[in-house]
Amino acid sequence: MIGGFIVVIAVIYLLRLFNLQVADSKYKEYADSNAFLRKAVYPSRGIIYDRDGRLVVYNQPAYDVMMIPRDVKDFDTLDFCRAVGITRDELVKRFDEMRDRRRNPGYSSYSPQRLLTHLTAEDYGRLQEKLYRFPGFYIQKRILREYNYKAGANVLGNIREVNQKDIDKDEYYKPGDYVGDIGIEHTYEHFLRGTKGVEVLMRDALGRIQGRYEEGALDRDAVAGKNIKLSLNIELQQYAESLMVNKKGAVVAIEPSTGEILCLVSAPTYDPSLLIGRERGNNYNKMMRDLDKPLFNRAIQATYPPGSTFKPTQGLILLEEGIINTGTMFPCSHGFISGGLRVGCHGHGSPLPLKPALQTSCNAYFCWGFKAMIDKRGRYGSSANAFDIWKKHMVSMGYGYKLGIDLPGEYRGFIPNVEFYNKAYGDGHWSANTIISVAIGQGEILATPLQIANLAATIANRGHYVTPHVVKEIQDTVVPAEYLKVNTPTIASHWYNDIAEGMRMAVTGGTCRVANLTDIEVCGKTGTAQNPHGRDHSAFMGFAPYQNPKIAVAVYVENAGFGATFGVPIGALVMERYLRGYIPDDRKYLEERMLHSNTIQFAGTKKH
Amino acid sequence: MQNNEKSESTFRYVDWFTVVLYLLLVTAGMVSIYAASYDFDHANMLSFTEFSGKQFRWIGLSLVLGLVILLIDVRVYENYAYVIYGALLLLLLVTIFIAPDIKGSRSWLVIGPMSLQPAEFGKFATALCLAKLFSGYNFVLNASRKNYVRALLIIFLPVVLILGQKETGSALVYLSLFFVLYREGMSGLILLAAFCAVLFFVVEVKFTGSLILGIPSGQAAVFIMIMILIVAMLAIYCKHMDGARNVFLWFVGTGIIAYVLELCGVTIPGLFFFLGVMAVSIAYCILLMFKTKARNLIITVGAAVMSIIFTFSVDYAFTSILQPHQQMRIKVALGIEDDLRGAGYNVNQSKIAIGSGGMWGKGFLNGTQTKLKYVPEQHTDFIYCTIGEEEGFVGSAAVLLMFLVLILRILTIAERQPTPFGRVYAYCVASYLIFHLSINIGMVIGLCPVIGIPLPFFSYGGSSLWGFTFLLFILLRIDASRRERSF
Repeated sequence: MIGGFIVVIAVIYLLRLFNLQVADSKYKEYADSNAFLRKAVYPSRGIIYDRDGRLVVYNQPAYDVMMIPRDVKDFDTLDFCRAVGITRDELVKRFDEMRDRRRNPGYSSYSPQRLLTHLTAEDYGRLQEKLYRFPGFYIQKRILREYNYKAGANVLGNIREVNQKDIDKDEYYKPGDYVGDIGIEHTYEHFLRGTKGVEVLMRDALGRIQGRYEEGALDRDAVAGKNIKLSLNIELQQYAESLMVNKKGAVVAIEPSTGEILCLVSAPTYDPSLLIGRERGNNYNKMMRDLDKPLFNRAIQATYPPGSTFKPTQGLILLEEGIINTGTMFPCSHGFISGGLRVGCHGHGSPLPLKPALQTSCNAYFCWGFKAMIDKRGRYGSSANAFDIWKKHMVSMGYGYKLGIDLPGEYRGFIPNVEFYNKAYGDGHWSANTIISVAIGQGEILATPLQIANLAATIANRGHYVTPHVVKEIQDTVVPAEYLKVNTPTIASHWYNDIAEGMRMAVTGGTCRVANLTDIEVCGKTGTAQNPHGRDHSAFMGFAPYQNPKIAVAVYVENAGFGATFGVPIGALVMERYLRGYIPDDRKYLEERMLHSNTIQFAGTKKH
Repeated sequence: MQNNEKSESTFRYVDWFTVVLYLLLVTAGMVSIYAASYDFDHANMLSFTEFSGKQFRWIGLSLVLGLVILLIDVRVYENYAYVIYGALLLLLLVTIFIAPDIKGSRSWLVIGPMSLQPAEFGKFATALCLAKLFSGYNFVLNASRKNYVRALLIIFLPVVLILGQKETGSALVYLSLFFVLYREGMSGLILLAAFCAVLFFVVEVKFTGSLILGIPSGQAAVFIMIMILIVAMLAIYCKHMDGARNVFLWFVGTGIIAYVLELCGVTIPGLFFFLGVMAVSIAYCILLMFKTKARNLIITVGAAVMSIIFTFSVDYAFTSILQPHQQMRIKVALGIEDDLRGAGYNVNQSKIAIGSGGMWGKGFLNGTQTKLKYVPEQHTDFIYCTIGEEEGFVGSAAVLLMFLVLILRILTIAERQPTPFGRVYAYCVASYLIFHLSINIGMVIGLCPVIGIPLPFFSYGGSSLWGFTFLLFILLRIDASRRERSF
C-alpha cells in the first residue's frame, strides 16, 4: 500500500515533468527572455562622398533610452526626468504611448522597449552616471546622419524609424531600427545599412548583466555599411541649388559619356539636416503641408510639357524617317498656318532648313515636318501607323517611360499612343493637324527634367545614352548593372551631328546667345512651354563642349517666362561652373541676377 | 579477533545495492550543487570556500560516519534508543533558546565554523524510539489506547519542539510517520480521512468560479465526492452490497431528475438538493445500522456527516483562520492566483528553469536560469531545478526513479526484517523519504505548496545529508545484523 502510494506519486510527477519539459515549449521562451538580453549592435551606416571624394553624409552617434518594463523597479521619477531633461508629464505620456499596443504592437514587458530617442550627448552623460539607480533601463547607442552640405536633400534622402510595413516586408528590421527613406538612402539601403550584430548578454534575477553568453559564442559582430561615392559634384549641386533659390523647377546635369548625374536639383528644396533626430517628425509634417512641396522631387517626379526642348527629337525622327534632309526647307509666316490652324512663331527668315530652324526655334518648321510625316499615308498607310512609328522613336530616346534612375519615385512622363488619340477623337478621325502641338513639345506630351537632360546627353553622345544614375562607386562592390545600361535610340548616329550643329547655332546666334561662352563651345536649345498654371515655363537643354562633351544640362523653371530668361542663364552658369570651376567676372552679373531673382513671386499662378 | 570477524560479516551482509544507490545519489547531489552554485568565474569544484567544496567535505565525513555506524554493535541502537531520543529532544529544546534567529527561525546551532540543524537528527532518533516502542514484548498498536498515546507522543514531541523553532516544514515531516502506524495496524480510515480532507479542501478552494445548481462548482464537486465516498464505504468497508447499490441508484436517479428539471428550466436550490439527497442516504444507512447492528455502518455514517461539516467549515477556516500570506501560498500552489512577483515567484521561476531543460537538458553547467540566480534557494530546497534545467527530462526522471528504487528497496528491506524493531525503523526511513521526495519535488514542479524542506542527498547542507546518512546506515546496520544473529 505504501509502496503503491509512492509509485503513484512518482508516476504523477513523471507526467508533470514530461509536460513541463517536453510537451510545453513556453517555458523555454520564458527562460530565454529571462536570461538573455539580445542587445542589437548597430553597424555604422555607409558614408556618402561626392564624385571628387568630398564628404557629404556621415554618422553621428545618438543615444536612445531603452527599458525592459518587467525589470523596472520603483525609481525616483523626478531624478530620472532631470537626468534626461523632460518633465514628469512627458515621461508618463511616453510610458502610456509605449504600452499602447495599438501604437506599439511589439510591446512586451519582457523585451527591450524604446522609451526616449536621440538623447543629446550631455543628457547621455548625465543619465549614464545615474543609470545604476534605474534598474531595467539601459542606453542604446544609435547612428544618426550628419550632413556636411545643405544640398542634395532629394538625392541623398534620409533615414527614419521603420514602420510596421517595413517590418512585415523584411524581417531584418525590428521596431526602432532605422531605414533609408527617399533618395539613395532608400535605393542603396542594402549597401548602406550594413548588418546588425547581436550581443547575447546574460542577465541575472536582479537584471544585472552577468557577461556574455558562452563567452560571446552566439554574438555576431555588426558589419559596417558600404561607403558610397556619388556621381554628384556636391559643390555643383550646391551652386545649382543656389541659382534655383526662389524658383520652382529643376536642374539636371549629366556627364554624357557615363550617364553619371552631376547635379540633380529640385527647387524649392530643403536642408537635409531638418530630417534628423527628434524634430524629424515635425519638420517632415511641416514640409508635407508646404504648398511649394519641397519634398516633391521635381527633377524626376514633375512632368512638364518639354516645349521647344523637344524639337531636336522631331528633327532626329524626321531625318531618320527620310521626311527631310538637312536641306529641306519649310516656310514660316510668323507661324504654322494650315487648314484654319495656326501655331504662332516669331520673326526670322523664311523659308528655312533644319539647322536654322533649331537656331531660331521655329515652330512652323517642326509643325510642317511633323505634318509631312504623319500625313504621309502613301508611305505609312495611315496617320495612325505613322504616329506609331514616331512614338517608337520617341520612346527609344527615353521619353514616355521611366529611365530607371537609381532614385525612388521616378515618373514616366507621357507620350500618347495611337489608342490614346483614337479614344479621344475616334478611329481614323485625327490627323497631323489634330495633334500638331505635339510637334513642338506641347499638348499631351509630358517629360521629366531628367528625360530632357537625358536627351541632351544622347545628342552630346551623338546617338546613345547611359541610364542616368547618381551613384558612381560602392565600396567593395560595383554599382548594379541595371543602372549602367547603354541604350541606343532607333536614330542613326550621324543625324545627331546635324542636330548638335543646330543647337550650336542656337547658342552662337539664336535663342541661347546668353550661353555663348568665350572659350567653351556650348550647344543648346531653349524651351518656352505654355501651361495651364500661369506664365510660360522657362526651359533649357544643352551640352558643352560641342566636341567631346563633358556635361549635358536641362533646366526647367516653372512660370518664369521665356526659355532665354531663366533656363539659358542657369544652364550656362551650371555648365561654366562645372567646366571651369568658377564664373569669370564678366558673367558675374548673370550669376547675380539668377541668385537674386524670384520667379515664384511673379509666377502668375493662381494661388492654391 | 572476534570483533574482526563480526565486522567482516557485517560488511558481507550489508545491502550493497542500497549503498550503491546512496553513493550515486550523493555524487549526483554533489555535482548538482556544483552546477547550482557555479559562478562564471571558473571555480574549483572542490574548493572549500565554495558550496560544492563544503558539500564535498560533508560527503567525505558522512562516508566516515556511515562506516562508523556500520561498525557499531547493532544492539547499541536498540538499547540506547530512548536515550538517543531523549538527548535529541533536549537538544531541540535547547536550540529554541540558544539558536540565532536566521530568517525568522531558530533552528541552527552554530558550533565554531559549522552550523547544524538538530531537527534533521531528530528524525533518526524518533525513528529509533518509535521502533523501540514497537519492539516491546507483545506490543500491538491496536491492543490498547495507551499504545496509541505513546506512539503519538513520540511523534508529536519533536513536532512541537520544531514548531517552536519556527521550522514548519521540518515539523511536518514527522507526520509522515503515520504511514508507519498504518503499517503497524492503525486503521486505514485515518489515512483515508486525511486524504479526503486534503482532497475536499483543495477542490473546494480551487473551484469557486462557476456555479452548479446555484452553488460553487467546487462545493458541488465535493458533495458528489461525498456521495461516492458513502457508496464506496458501503460497498468496500461495510461489504453491504445491497445497501451500496440502493444508495448508488438513489444518487444517480435524483441526479438525473435534477438534470432533466434543470434542462426544463426549473431552478433547483442546489444546497437543499444535495443536503436533502445525502440526508436521505444517511437516514437509510442509520436504518441499515439498526437492522444489521454493523459497527462499520456507524463509521460510514460518521464519515459522511463529518465530511459535510468539514465542507462547510473549509470556507470559514480558509478565510478566517489562515493568514493572508498562507492563503496566498495555498492559492498559488493550487493555481488560483498567479502572483509571479510575490509568492508565486519561486515556483514560477523553478517551473521555467525545469521546463526550459527540454528532453535532454542544456548540458552540465549550461543552465542559464539557475546560474543567473532566477531560482531562489537553488542549491538547497530548489536543487532539483538545476537537474531539470541542465539534464532535462531524462536527468530529472532518472533522479526521481533512483529515489523511487531506493524507497521501494527500503520497503523490501523493511518487510524482510525478523524483528518489529527493524521493520518499524525501516518504515520510518521510507516514510521520511517519501514525504521529503513528494513535497520537495512536488513544490519545485508546482504541484505542492512551497514547504521548505530539502531534497535528501541533493540539497546543500551537512545536517540534512548527515541526518539521512544516519537514517540509512543505521537501517543497513540493522538489516545486516538479521543474518549475523542467525549464526
